[in-house]
Order: sequence, then C-alpha cells, then structure tokens
Amino acid sequence: MAQPQQIDARAPRVSAGITTVVLIIALLTHSTWLIIWQLAVFAISTFYSMAKSPYGFIYRTLIRPRLKGEVPLEDSKPPAFAQLVGFGFVLVATIGALAHNWAVFTVATSGCIFAAFLNSAFDYCLGCKIYLLGIRIFR
Amino acid sequence: MARLVIVLVVLIAATILGALSQRKNGRFFTKRNFTPAVTESEIGHAFGTRGTVLQFSSAFCAPCRAARITLESVVPQFEGIARVEIDAEANLELVRKLRVMQTPTTIFLDAKGIELGRAVGAPKKSQLVAVLEKI
Repeated sequence: MAQPQQIDARAPRVSAGITTVVLIIALLTHSTWLIIWQLAVFAISTFYSMAKSPYGFIYRTLIRPRLKGEVPLEDSKPPAFAQLVGFGFVLVATIGALAHNWAVFTVATSGCIFAAFLNSAFDYCLGCKIYLLGIRIFR
Repeated sequence: MARLVIVLVVLIAATILGALSQRKNGRFFTKRNFTPAVTESEIGHAFGTRGTVLQFSSAFCAPCRAARITLESVVPQFEGIARVEIDAEANLELVRKLRVMQTPTTIFLDAKGIELGRAVGAPKKSQLVAVLEKI
C-alpha cells in the first residue's frame, strides 16, 4: 500500500461521497467505462498516493477553500484500508462488466456503494469493523 | 427500473446500519456473557486498586486515536484506576479470550481483573465519566 501520511480527515469522506455518486451512475447505466474509471481512482489512492487521487484533487480545489476552521488531520492508514476494500469490490465489478456478467457487476458494485455511502454519510470506520475479524479468522 | 430499486435498497440498508452503529457507539454495556478474569501478566500492567480500563486498538482504526485521547484525559482524574492500551493484532489470545470483535473496544475491569462491562467505538467524555464514577 501507499506510504502512510497525515491527511485532511475530511477528504476521505468527500471522496467516498463522489465515489458513491459515480458508482450509482455506473450501476444505473451499466457503464463499463465508469467502473474502469473508479477502479483507476482506487488504484491510485491505494497503491500510489492518496494525495494524488483525482477525488482528492476535486476536494482540494473546489471544496476545501470554502471550508472554515482548522484542518483536522488524521493518519492515512484507516482510509487506505477502506480504499483497498473498495478496490477489491470494483475489481470484481470490472471483471463482471468486461465479461458482460451483469449479475456479478451488480452485486460487487452494490457492495461498494453500500460501504462508500456508509463511509461518507456516517463516517463509518470499515477498518475498525472488519480488520480485526479478518485477522481473528485467518490467524 | 430494477436497477433503481437495487440502488434504493442498498442506500436504505446502509442508512439503517449507519444509524444503529452511531447510536451504539461508545455506549457502556454491562457484561452479559461470562468472560474469564484476566491476569496482570496478560495485560502486561498492574491492575488499579479500584479497577482497570483496557483499550483495544488496531492499525486501520481512526476512532482508536480519539478513544485514546479521551481515556488519557479522563482516567487519571479517577484515583486507583489504571489505563492500559492493547494492540489487538499483537495480542490475539487476549482478544479471543475477551471476545473483542472490533476496535476500539474499551473494557472495564474490577480490581480483580473481572469484566464489569464494555464500550465499543470511541466513548465520549461524559459516557466515560458516568461509568468510572460507578466503579
């Protein structure tokens, strides 16, 4: 995964909101291009740098200048984990779309919408809920 | 049409889960299941004379930091209560013994290491003070 860094704590929630909208449009229109785009976005923020993510760029240029108050910082590790989970879902959705298997595409995309919406609307910490469970099962 | 229904169902389900989890977050629940008493060597720290607050944390957990900051500021105000933070990943035996499912989980122990109850998610100051006053 990308190197941990301190990031603006509000950025991942805004990114998750954009992700939710993009995925809903992808699901409604069965758009292969849109799901590939989302896969690329997750790939950049998971494996390269969260700060270089296109949605992070949208947040920095359009939204942050309009926010007041101190910038709340947080470690990038928890959102990076969520991005990795999102990458997994969207990878499956992309394979489904390319194979014209729309059932697989729909299930995987729905799962990712579920997680992204929870993250954006409720600041839900996916890593908190599933990381320890995963370790308990596999170790 | 079917696609729209799927989207709505997913969003409603996520809203219900999100609201429920926010309501339960940080709330203290008294122990219902029997968990065996822990020892001082298991937590790597001496018990407080009145009790011990045990916080389980993990790597990909943003509210763990918030929980730590709250515990650090509140627990020292109560004499005889020790504060211990445990890295869940490095202490899986204890995690299994105390049936910790997610992080942050804060477990309140009496002076003998027997669980009184626990709070899942980052507790608020007021929630924490209310529990510690009763120990």
